[in-house]
Amino acid sequence: MSVATSGPISLKPADFASSAEVRWCPGCGDYSILATMKRVLAKLGSDRSKTVFVSGIGCSSRFPYYMNTYGFHSIHGRAPTIATGLKLARPELDVWIITGDGDALSIGGNHFIHMLRRNVDAKIILFNNRIYGLTKGQYSPTSLKDQKTKSSPMGSPDYPIRPISMALGAEASFAARTVDSDVRHMESVFERAAKHVGSAFIEVYQNCVIFNDGAYAYAADKAIKAEHTVYLEHGKPLVFGKDSDKGIRLNGLQPEVVSLKDVKADDLLIHDEKAADPTLAFLLSRLRHPEFPEPMGVFRAVEYSRYSELVGQQIKAAVAKKGEGDLQSLLRSNETWTVE
Amino acid sequence: MSSSISPADQGVLSKGPGERKPVAKLSSVSIRFAGDSGDGMQLAGSQFGDTSALIGNDISTFPDYPAEIRAPAGTLAGVSGFQIQFSSSDIYTPGDEVDALVAMNPAALKTNLKFVKSGGIVIVNEDAFIEHELKKAGYTENPLSKPLGNYRVIKVPINKMNELAVKDAGLPTKQVDRCKNFFALGVAYWLYGRPLEPTLAYIEDKFGTKLPAVARANALTLRAGYNYGETSELFDQQYQVDKAKLPPGTYRKVTGNEAVALGMVTAAKLAGKELFYGSYPITPATDILHTLSELKHFRVVTFQAEDEICAMGATIGAAFGGALAATGTSGPGLALKTEGIGLAVITELPMVIVNVQRGGPSTGLPTKTEQADLLQAIMGRNGECPLPVIAAASPSDCFNATVEAFRIAVRYMTPVMVLTDGYVGNSAEPWLVPDVSKMEKIKVEHPTQANDAKGFMPYMRNEDGARPWAIPGTPGLEHRIGGLEKADVTGTVSYDPANHDRMTNLRAAKVAGVKPAGVPYLWTGKESGELLLVGWGGTFGHIKQATIELQQAGLSVAACHLRYMNPLPEDLGDKLRKFKRVLVCEINLGQLRMWLRANYLIDAKGFNVVRGQPFVVHEIVDAAKSALASK
Repeated sequence: MSVATSGPISLKPADFASSAEVRWCPGCGDYSILATMKRVLAKLGSDRSKTVFVSGIGCSSRFPYYMNTYGFHSIHGRAPTIATGLKLARPELDVWIITGDGDALSIGGNHFIHMLRRNVDAKIILFNNRIYGLTKGQYSPTSLKDQKTKSSPMGSPDYPIRPISMALGAEASFAARTVDSDVRHMESVFERAAKHVGSAFIEVYQNCVIFNDGAYAYAADKAIKAEHTVYLEHGKPLVFGKDSDKGIRLNGLQPEVVSLKDVKADDLLIHDEKAADPTLAFLLSRLRHPEFPEPMGVFRAVEYSRYSELVGQQIKAAVAKKGEGDLQSLLRSNETWTVE
Repeated sequence: MSSSISPADQGVLSKGPGERKPVAKLSSVSIRFAGDSGDGMQLAGSQFGDTSALIGNDISTFPDYPAEIRAPAGTLAGVSGFQIQFSSSDIYTPGDEVDALVAMNPAALKTNLKFVKSGGIVIVNEDAFIEHELKKAGYTENPLSKPLGNYRVIKVPINKMNELAVKDAGLPTKQVDRCKNFFALGVAYWLYGRPLEPTLAYIEDKFGTKLPAVARANALTLRAGYNYGETSELFDQQYQVDKAKLPPGTYRKVTGNEAVALGMVTAAKLAGKELFYGSYPITPATDILHTLSELKHFRVVTFQAEDEICAMGATIGAAFGGALAATGTSGPGLALKTEGIGLAVITELPMVIVNVQRGGPSTGLPTKTEQADLLQAIMGRNGECPLPVIAAASPSDCFNATVEAFRIAVRYMTPVMVLTDGYVGNSAEPWLVPDVSKMEKIKVEHPTQANDAKGFMPYMRNEDGARPWAIPGTPGLEHRIGGLEKADVTGTVSYDPANHDRMTNLRAAKVAGVKPAGVPYLWTGKESGELLLVGWGGTFGHIKQATIELQQAGLSVAACHLRYMNPLPEDLGDKLRKFKRVLVCEINLGQLRMWLRANYLIDAKGFNVVRGQPFVVHEIVDAAKSALASK
């Protein structure tokens, strides 16, 4: 477990709140994410002094100011770079990255990829509202094609990027999705991420009440979401629907929605989040509304050496091989000569 | 260089059969090895420099290589050169012109002949002067077929001699030709009376166990080259340059990039900290990363980032975490780091940013030197965004500048920029190795207690204007920093107009009040007079040499070489005003001149050339004479 603790720490969620006044719009999905994070840290017994929130720019990136932990509100898209340096200098810290769809996938796309590829032991929470909120309503890299926004009055000509597909393409060792309206599910996913050893990526479907209200109604509205989402559980078949009467089956490499009246549960696609190969997780990341129910939960959770661990091992190996470096001999290395 | 005796002045000395050839003593010699990029000229040149340093000469080297790793063989674009001056007295430059040129092919001759002194020696590999090689170099006829001008041309069949020398080494035929740089080096060693042992030891160390045939071949051809000089009738004499009289102590040869890396490791040791170096490969700064990545047993963390922006961000993150953090780059990389540097300034975290300047704008001249990033370093960010800037004057001064930069960064809680350049970064000189035990420690404080009754105030300042460096992991000091303007003292986000005005002024006053951690400038000559030459950074040697020559000519000239570019030295305005004329010499179009005029309202003039090459001493001399003649 990567959660930093120094003995039993017993804090309440409210103890993680800073004195800063929270300034998101009333009704913003960010509030439930903030509350959930405080609950999860309290539950895990996290040490405030060893927890760091790093963010970029955007509505979500104000998050660190609201947490009574260490925090760094950096510049647009660069939070993964700050977090990488911080983890290399201080591997023992618990580092969370708070980001948005513009911050992580547009201006910060490169850093997002490389942090995951290196398996830097930080947890990325991406608040995906499919819109630029802070700049007041332009289309983002996850906005749907033809979406009308202030900068796309005739509809966005861009094809959207799929964050989980991108994360898996970047070799993410942990990738999950949740939705702001389902705080219990969100809590379980955050907890899983916190305990994951390595990079963890969580996409949160987050509602922007001002510029993109209801974008995720199909996945968030209690009355209909059972028909449009499928909750992933390791080792379990992919079953969904209000009456749990539908499932996903693989036909060759093609997923298809089938009725459990016709097909046995055993013949459905069985989720395997621990598969060494990310192909299945990637296939699940392609399931999109309205053709398919969208998967929620952990797509992939595999463990391999973390970046700071590998870097630390090289240092240990070098010291073991050459001995602790002696500065004066280093300065006198290469060939020297003496002038009397 | 000024005091060297041209070989042409020596006349031809007679030599009887079986006798050793006569030896002429010189005080200083400059030699240039030039060949195709694949000919190993950088290796031959640096070996010549190493050997000369080891036997006690003062040396100054200048690698001059193309941006293309392997431009088409034999073309003018593919010529790679390495120049060394070695001397029995203090020298400051690799020399404007050389006493001897070794040219491995027609292209090398064509591009480098202009660097040879009148009457100088030109050793050419005559085997390469064949039709298609001549054509590639743009020669319509063989330049060796008639006199080249006022040079002593010595034609050596280097390809053939090399082949014969290595034939028993067991080397595959294809690799034979690659040894010929060692034959040429052997000839040069004989000519200037250098011992072979250091290079033989190098060959053994480099290839001995891994590639024994290569080691044998290189050693054989090196000796063969030396013996060829001794026995061939082509050379009628040898030259000798005695040891230089340098201050006592232990010396080594160091390049600017090596010195930066060593300075970083030293600063970490003096601070009792671990070093973090985040960087993205870029010419001509990459050798800093190479050097540091070999020093993991010093617990140095090197991080090769995905881009310049990440290298900067990771450096900021490591500094936030309490590491002694640094990044290094060159102009285009610095442009990409700009936004991150602004974040480092507003969050007031300590770190060092090294810019090994190269020709610009844009990609410009990646392997060539320039000083055109001064204003970018001092001012090139959005908002009022000041930071201290230090410029290294020579390869070994890169060590001092780097250590000083860390002292200032930590004391004042600010990013500090160190400016070097492609010339200083790649050139080498002897370095009097400091005794680390006698160096002042770098004092680092991480608070563990709140600094106010109301709790921890991350933007409460000390007498230097520095805020506390409280690091994550410290219970009770949890705080948030970031790119948004912060309230004075408390560090909460603030949009208050008066607060922004106050914080802007506090940041400016902090940097303006930075006390130098080393000499702010290097002075040559008297305190007042007719003309003051002002320079900064890697032009120190050339301006110093020019000043000495002007003074020897009886002219009232002094030189001030700035190391502290921002803030400028406290007494600089007064110093400048003691001269009737100020001539600012820089490899740009007048950036320091603008900075001095803006700061001191003086009528400084400029001597500016931007060729991607170091200054030429006699051009500075001429510019100074013109300035003296002006009203």
